Amino acid sequence: MILVTVGTQLPFDRLIRAMDTLAPSLGQPVFAQVGKGKFRPRNMEWQATLDASEFDRLLNRASLIVSHAGTGTILLAQNMRKPLVIMARRSSLGEHRNDHQVATAKQMTGRPGVHVAETVDDLAPSIAIASREEVEAAIPSQREQLKAAIREFVG
Amino acid sequence: MVRVLAVSSGGGHWEELMLLKDAFDNKAVHFATTFADLPTRAGITEATILPDCNRSSKWAAISCIWKAFNLVRLLRPDVVISTGAAPGFFCIVAGKLFGAKTLWIESFANAESLSMCGKLAARIADRTIVQWEHLARPQGPHFAGALL
Repeated sequence: MILVTVGTQLPFDRLIRAMDTLAPSLGQPVFAQVGKGKFRPRNMEWQATLDASEFDRLLNRASLIVSHAGTGTILLAQNMRKPLVIMARRSSLGEHRNDHQVATAKQMTGRPGVHVAETVDDLAPSIAIASREEVEAAIPSQREQLKAAIREFVG
Repeated sequence: MVRVLAVSSGGGHWEELMLLKDAFDNKAVHFATTFADLPTRAGITEATILPDCNRSSKWAAISCIWKAFNLVRLLRPDVVISTGAAPGFFCIVAGKLFGAKTLWIESFANAESLSMCGKLAARIADRTIVQWEHLARPQGPHFAGALL
């Protein structure tokens, strides 16, 4: 199953519409969490929001995640070792207040397990590559450094 | 026992906080976030739910400021930590007023510049940490590792 998620705060119909068009050709069921979007998918199951436990259950079952370039999803996908395709929200299209997701996506490019779709046309090829990938468990060493800094501050 | 108030909005900010919490969960920690089911999901019982808010909702912001200040006033934490966004920033400000040590951890989502709350927090919090080396400055914010 492919899980599509755009977070809870803002609509992202460009991604949902593109995934709805692609869904019949992907060879597996697609479930979309569409948030505040207005577009109603026809080719995939969907819900506006999911409670946390329901989201975790779908995340567990998913073979691949397609999402906006939100840090929550990036961290969850990495922890669950699921391949991830991200497409950034663009402020010029009214998809976010600023272009920080474009910056996140740029920084994520080339990281193991993460595939960046610049436009909706990149989604199909990115999904094809990502779905063949095994994601290694990797806890970045910089994470321990960050925790040590917090520990030192708290005292 | 050191009392810690750890605050983050729901979504990515919360996921970041959850991955960092073992750096302080040997203290007396109280969490605050904006979605009621998040603490339960993480097995956290000591938690307060604050109204979610951002720049586009003035009344939600006022309600959030009020609740954040009351939370800090009643809890009197020794340390306030936040991974963002606005509700966490309000708790940092309240923490400063009530004499707590305050730590702002900017989300790695902000790779090219600090968020508005991050920029304000960098002036107010005792320490501000960024997760990208190129955003650090000699007088702070500081780079001290990253989640990814």
